[in-house]
Amino acid sequence: MASAGVVRGLPSPLPLAGDADARPARGGWGLSPRYNSRREPPTPTLPRKREREPTADAVATPISYAIALMSQGRSPILELNQITKAFGGVEALRGVDFALHAGEIHGLVGENGAGKSTLMKIIAGVHPEFSGRFMLDGKETRFRSTRDAHAAGIGMVHQELSVAPDLTVAENVFLGNQPTNRLGFVQWRRMAREAGEQLSRFGIDVDPMTRLGDLPIGLQQLIEIARVLFSGARIIILDEPTSALSPPEVERLFATLHKLRNEGTSIVFISHFIEDILRVSDVVTVFRNGRKIAETASADTTKGALIEAMIGRGGEALEHSYTDDLMLPQSGAGAAVLKVDRLSLRRSLQDVSFEARAGEVLGIYGFMGCGQLELSRILFGKQRPDGGTLAVDGTARTFRSTAAARRAGVALVPESRRAMLFHQEPVYKNISISVLDRISALLLKPVRERAIAQRQVEQLQIRPPVVGLDLGMLSGGNQQKVALAKWLTYPPRLLVLCEPTRGMDVGAKNDVINIVRDLRAKGLAIIVLSTEPETVLSLADRILVLKRGAVVREFAGEAVSKDRLLEAA
Amino acid sequence: MASSDSATAPADHKRPRGLAPFLRSQMRNIAPFLTLIFLSAFFAIASPSFATIDNVGNILTQVSVTGIIAVGLTFVILCAEIDLSIASIANVTGIAVAYFTLQESYVNIANVPMPGIVAILLALALCALLGLVNALGLTMIGIPSFIMTLAMMQIAAGVSALLVRGQIAYKVPDLITTLGSGSIGGIPWIVIVAAVMLLGGHLVLTYTRFGRYVYMVGGNREAAEFAGLNVKLILGSVMVISAVCSGIGGMLGVAHFGSAQQNEFDTYLLDSIAAVVVGGTSLFGGRGGIGNTIVGLFVLGVLNNGLDHVNIDSFLKILIRGLILLAALIINVYAQRLREQAAD
Ligand SMILES: Nc1ncnc2c1ncn2[C@@H]1O[C@H](COP(=O)(O)OP(=O)(O)OP(=O)(O)O)[C@@H](O)[C@H]1O
Ligand SMILES: [Mg+2]
Repeated sequence: MASAGVVRGLPSPLPLAGDADARPARGGWGLSPRYNSRREPPTPTLPRKREREPTADAVATPISYAIALMSQGRSPILELNQITKAFGGVEALRGVDFALHAGEIHGLVGENGAGKSTLMKIIAGVHPEFSGRFMLDGKETRFRSTRDAHAAGIGMVHQELSVAPDLTVAENVFLGNQPTNRLGFVQWRRMAREAGEQLSRFGIDVDPMTRLGDLPIGLQQLIEIARVLFSGARIIILDEPTSALSPPEVERLFATLHKLRNEGTSIVFISHFIEDILRVSDVVTVFRNGRKIAETASADTTKGALIEAMIGRGGEALEHSYTDDLMLPQSGAGAAVLKVDRLSLRRSLQDVSFEARAGEVLGIYGFMGCGQLELSRILFGKQRPDGGTLAVDGTARTFRSTAAARRAGVALVPESRRAMLFHQEPVYKNISISVLDRISALLLKPVRERAIAQRQVEQLQIRPPVVGLDLGMLSGGNQQKVALAKWLTYPPRLLVLCEPTRGMDVGAKNDVINIVRDLRAKGLAIIVLSTEPETVLSLADRILVLKRGAVVREFAGEAVSKDRLLEAA
Repeated sequence: MASSDSATAPADHKRPRGLAPFLRSQMRNIAPFLTLIFLSAFFAIASPSFATIDNVGNILTQVSVTGIIAVGLTFVILCAEIDLSIASIANVTGIAVAYFTLQESYVNIANVPMPGIVAILLALALCALLGLVNALGLTMIGIPSFIMTLAMMQIAAGVSALLVRGQIAYKVPDLITTLGSGSIGGIPWIVIVAAVMLLGGHLVLTYTRFGRYVYMVGGNREAAEFAGLNVKLILGSVMVISAVCSGIGGMLGVAHFGSAQQNEFDTYLLDSIAAVVVGGTSLFGGRGGIGNTIVGLFVLGVLNNGLDHVNIDSFLKILIRGLILLAALIINVYAQRLREQAAD
């Protein structure tokens, strides 16, 4: 199933090396200088519709760097002034100025809930109601819908995956834009072929006729990114596009972004990985609390300075890079809580055996599609293995349902927010759902529920701290915290976390690290599965590396670093 | 109007929202209510005989059987499933309770007379069993509810046919006769039963853990599973609840009509689904509740009854009902979209 999409190829070398000084320099900290020349901007307009000729194979234009250099003297293609946006009483944006030039990659950073996604949704026509001035190509514009934005050449990859899981890969790639013959019938064969070509150009090797929902979430995310990148849009917004990707895909994405940039496309790139932002973008803008705090050329700043600007205090403590060796502790852990013996699942897992011990965090690292997701599903009874055994606290178990797994003391936080949260329900119901059977036999106890939720909201510093708010109104990172919160009131014996810090800002990641350490101290066995080396390195006491469904390396009581992990995977 | 949201009312003052977004998110509750008020006002003006105490009593009686069946259906639709076998199960249960009752000598059915209470229990067991078959087909085998209950519709109709073989039975146990066609202090028992069941359904959905699970499973089934809920058990339960409510509606209906025969309840399938959906319970699950169903029942009741009071081509009535149903469906889907936007 999941192995239907194998990602092939190795990272291509980054074209970035050495071109840092070719990037347009801007003012350092403080507000960006405006470039208000009165000339009509000679923006190179790319074709709006999907091109039939492969864009990415086009000859690399030497004008690219010229454009980048020129952009300093030119007016931006997109300029927003004094944008203010409130949701009910909550001000998500307060008087924000933002400018985007042709052929630039513009990085956006800020804490969870700072307003990054909101601003981008305004640009993409998702929120048509806001106050302030919106200038596109020097003309005041107002989008009434996402369709208007699309027609103007703006494409966005949303933070929340917005693919159609029941359609095929090919249909998703061509969403709303299928090739048809003269009679209006969809040309399936052609669509499948072109989708396949586009995806393979992006390094994705997958049958275009598979149902998208059957692919692992990282691959779904890649396909969504590919759709927008190759749609011919001239302004591309990527809201945390790398959150579900592993390093090779990230490299490939960055290479593609640079290529598009050099062809004159403007790109906005949002991420909580400051290093990625510094590496990929020409300009960085920092948001805090709905305001723009700073804008700078990325060549002129550092990770520490950015973090400090984001959170408003010294950020050194939060600034790990894990490039150096890290000593894993000698085993001081307790008894084995989980024993997995020769687990196998079709093409996804082969003879996986390991133990998770009380008072220890076991990290499982691997690239996308290495079988982690399947493993987590098996541990939580959502999927049945083909072979192998599983024992919790010494008792052999075959979980017939997730309910059975929960009763046995296993809890899972899956990697996909959409899959684990109730967006139309208030925060407290999302948190209390997994403890209801402990606090009420028959009748609900809303007061108790809210109290429990309130405590978790405070402990995890979920913003805004209102348990009655519908979950869908929280920012992405805060939703992630809610997903974790639901297991913390009655901690399980074994906690399985898939990508626990995905989408969280540096401060929040740090909070999660502390929470996990607390839980470990309480004697829980914790398994952290991630495709991000940083996540595993920051949390784990012992690390397994999974590759094509098999455990290929174990790091225990020895030195480990990002490079060593990548090498093993 | 009581809907699922009443339990969470305290949360609402804290929501930092303006009036417009609030109204927009409440569209699914407001629109049916406005429809009801509009229809009532229209018929009250159009016909002097519409807005009378007697006629209100008529409307209540007319919607009772639908109301009893719709209680269970509300649970099913809240879970984003559907039950197409409700009318057939109502039919077969009504026939079964008559089958186990001593009939007059001119009734030509090879029936098996039993004491009244036993007949009732057997009939209830029958509908629960059929509901269980629906439940197993849906959860264990994984047949979509639409198909599973379509099959059950035929199965139940088949059992009905075998029991009565084209004949008509008239007698049902005394208790059922009283509840179906008697009245107390001028209020028909059947109205009281419908009211009690609707209230019961509302209390279960709003104040019990099971009710919360129903909403959660309907809201996001995968998330419910990831929260460790026993989704299959919950889905199975709502199918059984639906069948039992239908069975009760069927028994009282037989007493109300005074006869038990094949195809007696056919119109109730559409009416019950219409009541639930017109009331604003989301076809996508997770939104709505018994409060909505009550409003939907009244919209249908007022419409059916009101059309009899004004001078309209009786063939046109069918078309008008269809158009109103379509409008309600459009609102239902549209309200869902508005909500999703509000929560974007
Ligand atoms: N549809 C909405 N209704 C109400 N409030 C909202 C809505 N969308 C966003 N908000 C609020 O606006 C603020 C900014 O949210 P936004 O999603 O822009 O943050 P973000 O910077 O993208 O954060 P993250 O890094 O967590 O994704 C948050 O306080 C959030 O709760
Ligand atoms: Mg965001």
